[in-house]
Amino acid sequence: MSGAEFVPLSLTPILIGVFAAISCALPGNFLVLRKQALMGDAISHVVLPGIVVGFLITRSLDAWAMLLGAAAAALFSVVAIDVIRRISRIETGAIMGVVFTTLFALGVLLLEQSDASSVHLDVEHALMGNLESLIWLEARGWSSLLDPKALASLPPELPRLALSLVLILGLMLIFWRPLKISTFDEGYAESLGLPVRAISLGLVMVAALAAVTAFDAVGSIIVIAMFICPAAAARLMTDRLSAQIWWSVVFACLSAILGYILAGYGPMWIGFDHAVSAAGMIATISGLILGICAVFGPKRQARTG
Amino acid sequence: MLKVHRDTRNPDPSSPLAIRGLSVSYGEKPALFSVDLTIAPQSMTAIIGPNGAGKSTLLKAVLGTVPRLAGQVSIFGRALASERHRIAYVPQRASVDWDFPADVRDVVLMGLYRQSGLLRRITRADEAVAEDALARVGMQDFRNRQIGQLSGGQQQRVFLARALAQNADLYLLDEPFAGVDAATETAIIAVLKKLKDAGKTVVAVHHDLSTVADYFDHVVMINTRLIAEGEIGTTFTPKNLQDTYGGRLMTAQIDRLREAGLH
Amino acid sequence: MSFALSYNVVLVMIGAGLLGIAAGVTGTFMFLRKRALLSDAVSHATLPGLCGGFIVMVALGGTGRALEGLLIGSTISAALGLWVVQFLKTRTRLTEDAAIGAVLSSFFGLGVVMLTLIQTMSAGQQAGLDHLLLGSTAAMLREDAQIIAAGGALVLCIALILHRPMMLTAFDENFAQSLGLNLRLIDGAAMALILAVTVIGLKIVGLILIVALLIIPSVTARMISNRAHHITPLAGVIGGVSGMVGAGISSLAPDLPTGAIIVLVSSGFFLFALFFAPARGVLASAARARKFQRRVHRRQGLLALAQGYHVHEPYTRKLLQHDGYLRADGVLTERGEDAAKAALRDETRLAYLRRNPVYSEFLSRHDGLSDLSRSFTRDELHHIDRAMETKA
Repeated sequence: MSGAEFVPLSLTPILIGVFAAISCALPGNFLVLRKQALMGDAISHVVLPGIVVGFLITRSLDAWAMLLGAAAAALFSVVAIDVIRRISRIETGAIMGVVFTTLFALGVLLLEQSDASSVHLDVEHALMGNLESLIWLEARGWSSLLDPKALASLPPELPRLALSLVLILGLMLIFWRPLKISTFDEGYAESLGLPVRAISLGLVMVAALAAVTAFDAVGSIIVIAMFICPAAAARLMTDRLSAQIWWSVVFACLSAILGYILAGYGPMWIGFDHAVSAAGMIATISGLILGICAVFGPKRQARTG
Repeated sequence: MLKVHRDTRNPDPSSPLAIRGLSVSYGEKPALFSVDLTIAPQSMTAIIGPNGAGKSTLLKAVLGTVPRLAGQVSIFGRALASERHRIAYVPQRASVDWDFPADVRDVVLMGLYRQSGLLRRITRADEAVAEDALARVGMQDFRNRQIGQLSGGQQQRVFLARALAQNADLYLLDEPFAGVDAATETAIIAVLKKLKDAGKTVVAVHHDLSTVADYFDHVVMINTRLIAEGEIGTTFTPKNLQDTYGGRLMTAQIDRLREAGLH
Repeated sequence: MSFALSYNVVLVMIGAGLLGIAAGVTGTFMFLRKRALLSDAVSHATLPGLCGGFIVMVALGGTGRALEGLLIGSTISAALGLWVVQFLKTRTRLTEDAAIGAVLSSFFGLGVVMLTLIQTMSAGQQAGLDHLLLGSTAAMLREDAQIIAAGGALVLCIALILHRPMMLTAFDENFAQSLGLNLRLIDGAAMALILAVTVIGLKIVGLILIVALLIIPSVTARMISNRAHHITPLAGVIGGVSGMVGAGISSLAPDLPTGAIIVLVSSGFFLFALFFAPARGVLASAARARKFQRRVHRRQGLLALAQGYHVHEPYTRKLLQHDGYLRADGVLTERGEDAAKAALRDETRLAYLRRNPVYSEFLSRHDGLSDLSRSFTRDELHHIDRAMETKA
């Protein structure tokens, strides 16, 4: 495939997919280790009410307003889950189910009741994103990567995701040690004076940041899948935390690239003339990778003595 | 003699750990009620009591891990926040998931967190401290072993090594001998005795009454309330044991302990 | 026309009500078995099967709308999804939450891929399969409503028949097994019920929110009651009322999404229970925690004073002064003297009870804090005091 075709049509969606996948997979590693994988599920559901409320308050489709709304909704849901769990002494999973379905239903209702649905905000978009449409029309080939004029017309999702990926990466690096210690042994971490509740909340907020920036481009299906599948697959490959993170990044990239290509070209290979959902395909591929690791991964079984 | 609440105005500042009127509860029943105790410096103290008597809760309340309903804790005469660096805690081995992706070295280096902080690189000096801590518990040959592959005794030694790496003055251990082999038990007690000889203070939740007198020089006996505290010779008596364990300790067991050299 | 419409609305309300009861009863089993979110995996995992069923039916020349076809397809894919969860949980080091999340997201992703494929097919455009995700009663035909009502009733009947073995299993699986119950069969039946609830609920609530009907009523019931045999009927009632009321409200205006309204009605029940439930509600537990702390401080202070020590904690002093036990200068009042003496006497009695094995049953009756006269009869206290005297 020539650069003249690849760069404008496929480069940006693939990059966006890869950035989104890595942003989610990084905090996903710790969610999986903390047995909070479904927190990722909950967060990605509450993004919908968040953006709708963001839109209703600011009356604009400005991305930052919606990002703020979604982040606020994620924070609210996490705190609500924690508070309700403490008060009611009911199992976290069930409380999560109550909170995220309630907020999602609220989002659906608000969406239908407001005029938001007329301005390209809809549930389908929130679920599946629109990765395929994030093309770079001004690009003429690889040389456009050095052309400031062409670069100015990049889909805004790309720099936004790159920025959030850098931020997430930075936060994970800075707080690597406290995260690791408190994930392994919370009681000991507390004895060192580490603020374990703040760390736990911070992790979920980083996950929310990833979910919020990613979902706009790629939809919440990918977000849930990328929180869990790459990290879970990586868990089956190694016994070292840093190696596990690297594996999860590799799996996330692989899912994003393979998924995008298969969704775009796969149907044509078997005789259909329309592409299928890239978001769905990326999630499917990440599940397949996990399946392969579950059968062949060198560290697939626990060996606790 | 009844010890319920003995509120001395100022806890002795030389005491590594002094508790006044500590009450903790998890629900509607107190787990600890109005406990006072003063740990002697350079002592080895066993905390004993029946299951559910609040032994582990006592350590957690000292560390501020569980909320206190009432009471004060002072560490070397000061508040916990300013003296935290002088405490090393060894949690129950069963409290963590040993399938966590880490090796022995990773776990011991966690003990250096206060020095290394968020970003400072692990220096050769840090490595030497970790190496020394591992050598003291006889685990230097396992430094690159995945923690899930260790036996129970080895895991306990790694936990102790992590605490040693902290180079603290007060060591709080939660059931360090639970589910470990005899060799590990001997090794751990030797390390703890050396700590004491070096001027440190050791407080351990302990289960095995038959070894209390051999391993420790002080004992704290609790059953939600403080029953007795003091030197082994004067405190670890059949009467106090009866008061602590009541119906749950067989008379035969007490007789055996008496034969083992109790008064 | 308007009569026909209201007939349809009534049918939908009945269907949604029956579905809500069935979901509440089935969901309680999953919730009490601590597997509430497994039903989320099941409902999401039906999507590829629904789409597959549709594609096969269209390929065979049908319209792809037949419920049986969709049911067969979704059963196959949900069963596969459950098997994968089970495999990941038992054969790898992954925990159940990761297994559920992985299956939920990748199966749903596959379903979405197939959904986009269907939308490109000519038959797919009118099928409205995208309504499966959130449900839609607007374009519902009368036979749809009838099928939902009949299906809801059927699921409810099966759930009621299986209710007893399911409760036994949720409460104590070892005991259930010792009675000769086949756990795999019961868990399998529960999964089948969840699957049926999902498929029947597709048109009304949709695939994404159906899990709410399975979880929210049972959690709400648990907030209200501590007794297993109250929780199930309560959850059924909450689910049923939510379904009926929600379907009714949403028929009032064209823009009200039925599924979301039903879920929000049940959330309303939950919020109410969260604040006002007598045992686990916010208000009740806050009041109880505060009262408990006061009791601890009061008792602790009285015991200290009874032994001639000073009380330094300001909160304790304030409480005792407020109760009229303590004067501002830290000296006990007459009433305080009596209360302190009584507290010390109780404490001495407790120490005696602890010391003597024969009283361990006695001791287990006491919460370790309140006046002994609240846990023991006067005769018993008298007996204890006499025993103590003779010992002394």
